[in-house]
Amino acid sequence: MGTITVQTHEEKMTLVREAISRHSHDGRKALMQVLQDAQNAYGYLPLAVQREVANGMGLSVAEVYGVVSFYSFFSMTPKGQYEVSVCMGTACYVKGSQAILEKIENELGIKAGQCSEDEKFSINACRCIGACGLAPVITVNDDVYGRLAADEIPAILAKYKEA
Amino acid sequence: MDLFRAHVLVCCGTGCTSAQSLKIIDRMEEELTASGLNKEVKVVKTGCFGLCAEGPIMVVYPEGVMYYRVSPDDIREIVTEHLLKGRYVQRLMTVSTSVPLDQARNVDESDFFKKQMRIALRNCGIINPESIDEYIAHDGYQALAHILTEKIKPLDVIDQIKKSGLRGRGGGGFPTGLKWEFAARQMNEQKYVCCNADEGDPGAFMDRSILEGDPHSIVEAMAIAAYAIGANQGYVYVRAEYPIAVKRLQGAIDLARSYGLIGQNIFDTDFSFDIEIRLGAGAFVCGEETALMRSIEGKRGNPTPRPPFPAVKGLFGKPTILNNVETYANIPVIINKGADWFAGVGTEKSKGTKVFALGGKVNNVGLVEIPMGTTVREIVYDIGGGIPAGKAFKAVQTGGPSGGCIPASLLDVPIDYDNLVAAGSMMGSGGMIVMDEDTCMVDIAKFFLEFTVEESCGKCAPCRIGTRRMLEILEKITSGHGTMDDLDNLERVALAIREGSLCALGQTAPNPILSTMKHFREEYIEHVVDKKCRCGVCKGLTTYTIIADLCKKCGLCAKRCPVNCISGVLGKEPYVIDASQCIKCGACEQACKFKAVVRR
Repeated sequence: MGTITVQTHEEKMTLVREAISRHSHDGRKALMQVLQDAQNAYGYLPLAVQREVANGMGLSVAEVYGVVSFYSFFSMTPKGQYEVSVCMGTACYVKGSQAILEKIENELGIKAGQCSEDEKFSINACRCIGACGLAPVITVNDDVYGRLAADEIPAILAKYKEA
Repeated sequence: MDLFRAHVLVCCGTGCTSAQSLKIIDRMEEELTASGLNKEVKVVKTGCFGLCAEGPIMVVYPEGVMYYRVSPDDIREIVTEHLLKGRYVQRLMTVSTSVPLDQARNVDESDFFKKQMRIALRNCGIINPESIDEYIAHDGYQALAHILTEKIKPLDVIDQIKKSGLRGRGGGGFPTGLKWEFAARQMNEQKYVCCNADEGDPGAFMDRSILEGDPHSIVEAMAIAAYAIGANQGYVYVRAEYPIAVKRLQGAIDLARSYGLIGQNIFDTDFSFDIEIRLGAGAFVCGEETALMRSIEGKRGNPTPRPPFPAVKGLFGKPTILNNVETYANIPVIINKGADWFAGVGTEKSKGTKVFALGGKVNNVGLVEIPMGTTVREIVYDIGGGIPAGKAFKAVQTGGPSGGCIPASLLDVPIDYDNLVAAGSMMGSGGMIVMDEDTCMVDIAKFFLEFTVEESCGKCAPCRIGTRRMLEILEKITSGHGTMDDLDNLERVALAIREGSLCALGQTAPNPILSTMKHFREEYIEHVVDKKCRCGVCKGLTTYTIIADLCKKCGLCAKRCPVNCISGVLGKEPYVIDASQCIKCGACEQACKFKAVVRR
C-alpha cells in the first residue's frame, strides 16, 4: 500500500481475474479470499469488480454483493491516496478519539467514510487496531501516530497535503 | 553454537512496532557492528512485554535492565554506555507514570510484573517469535511429541484437559475438555479444529499479542486438539487488521511444516494435520462460533441456531471445535506440567490465569496475566499503577460491548467467571478499560450501543430492531430530552433483547446499559431530571461560560473559537460566550490559561 502506482482500469481488472483463477480450485468457499485479493488489486470493490468475481466463480451477483456489504473491511467506495484511520476502540475513545476525529474532519472538510474530491484523503473511523498503549491512535496509510492531542493534527496532515 | 555475553531484547509487538521498534533494531545492529560487539551481544526481536504504555521497550540481559520509550537516537548511548562500559542509561529507566516501577532491581521484581503469573504469555517478550528453535528450546512441541511418541490415547488427552478445569477464554467460559469430548465422540471421517483469533472487542489485544509473541504455541495446541478429537485440518480465523500477527503465524505454520511438526505422519505416526489461515473481514458477529464458521465457508457471517452444536455439525457440516487463541496457549503447558498443577492455580470454579488488556485511564497500559481470583483493585492499583493525574477511579469495563462496568464498590471482588457475571459484567475475551471521574457512564453505554447497532448482523429482530431502539433512547437522554419513562422503557427493551436474541451478540448487547443503570443510576437521573452531565461529555447538556472575575481579557479564547461566538474587548472588557451560537467544541476551555472558561 505504501507506494502509489497508477494503473488503468483494465490493468487492475486483469489482476482481479488473476485472483479469481488463483483460488479457483477451492470453489465457493474461497469467495472471501478472492474478494480480499480483488480489493487489494483494485483498491475497492465497485459493482464492476463484484460482477467480474460473480461471473468468474459461477455465483450470482446478489450472493457476492451480500458478502461484500456484510463485512466492513470491504469497501464499495474508493479510498483516498492517503487513508486516515482513527481508532475508535474503547481505550482510544475514553482518551478522546472523538475529538481527534472531529478535528480531522474539520481539517479535511470531509466526514468519516468519505473521500476528498481530489481523491487525496479519505477518513475511516476504524475498529480497534490494538495499539491501546498508544491511545489515542491514528494511522495514515502505514504510518502510525500515537498519544495524540487534537492540536497536533494539522501538522501531521500538512505532511501529506504537501506530499 | 555462538555464545553471547549479553542479549538485547526489543519488543516488536504492534504497539512498539508502531513506535519504531524495527528501526531501533536496525540501529542497534549497526552500532554493535561499528563497536565490534556484534559477536558478543545478540539482538532478539521478541513479542509483547506487556507494558505497552512505555514502549518501545528494550530489556538488556543478563542484568535484566528495562529501558522505556527508547528512540533510535538513544541507541548509540545504550551501546557505548551500557554494553561497552557497563553503566546503565538512567534517563531511560524511569517511567513517566506517577507510580514509578522499581528500577534498581530486575524487571521481574517490579510491581508491574510481581503480581502477574505468565502461563499463556509464558514466551511473550522472551523468545523470538520468528524462530522455531527458540520455541523448542523453551519446551516447545514437547507436549505434542510426548502425546504422539508415548501413544497417549486421545480420550486420555481430553481427560487431562477436563481435569485441569480449563474454561474457554473467549468469553463464554465453557469447559474446554467437555467441548473436545463432544466432538471426539462424533463418528465422522472428517472433523475440523478451528482457532478464533477474530478479536473483535474494542480495547482488547491479548490474542494479537500471543499470536505475535508466541505463534508456535497455537500451532502446537491445535495439533494436540486435532489429535484428541480425530481431526486432520485446522483453520485459524484471524482479523485482517492484525498484519504482524498474520505474518508471524503464517511463518510459524510454514516452519512447523518444514520441521515435520505438522503435515503428514507427524512423528512417524499415522496422525496427519495441517493448518490454514483465513482472514476475517471486519465483522464483530464473526466472533460468535456459528457465524465464524459461515465466514470460513466464504459466506455472510450470520449465526445459526444451536443445536445442532458445532461439535456435531460445524464447519462444512462436519464436527468442529472452536477455541480462542488464549485457550489454546494454555494447552501445551497443561500437558507438560500436568492437570493437577494447572488446577492448583486460580479459584474453585475458574482455574489457571487470565490475560487482560489493561487500557484507558490507567498509568501502566498494557498486557497483564493474573491468576484467577486476583481482585480488580490489585490489577488497577498494584499492577496498573493507579489512575493518571490524580483523578478518581470510577469504573472498569470488562467484556467489551457484551460486558459491563464494575464500580468502585466492587473493586475487591476476586476476578473469575462467576463473580464477574454476578457483578453484571462478564469475563469476555479480556479487555479491561479503566474509567475515571471524567468518563460519563451514559455516554459509554451509548458508545457500546453504537457499536452493537452497527455490528448487528440483522438476522433476528430483537437484536436488529431492539438495539437501535435502545440507542435512540440513549441519544434522547444524552441530548437532554429524556424523561423518567425513558429509563423504564430502556430497561424493559434491554431485558426483552436479552431473552429474545438468537446469538450471544444480541443476548449480551444490553449488558453495558443494564450494568451502568444498576451501578450508576444517579448519573442517568441527572441527565434526565437535572439535564446535566456531570462529566461535561454529553454536549447537549453542557454549557461553557467565562467567569468574568477570572478573565484576563487576553482574547485567546475568541481567537480559537471556530464559530466566532465569543466577544469582548482586548485588555478592556471580559469576554462572553454567546451560548446560542456555541457548538461546545471546548476549544476555548483548552485555550484559556487562567481557567476562566468553565464547563458545566
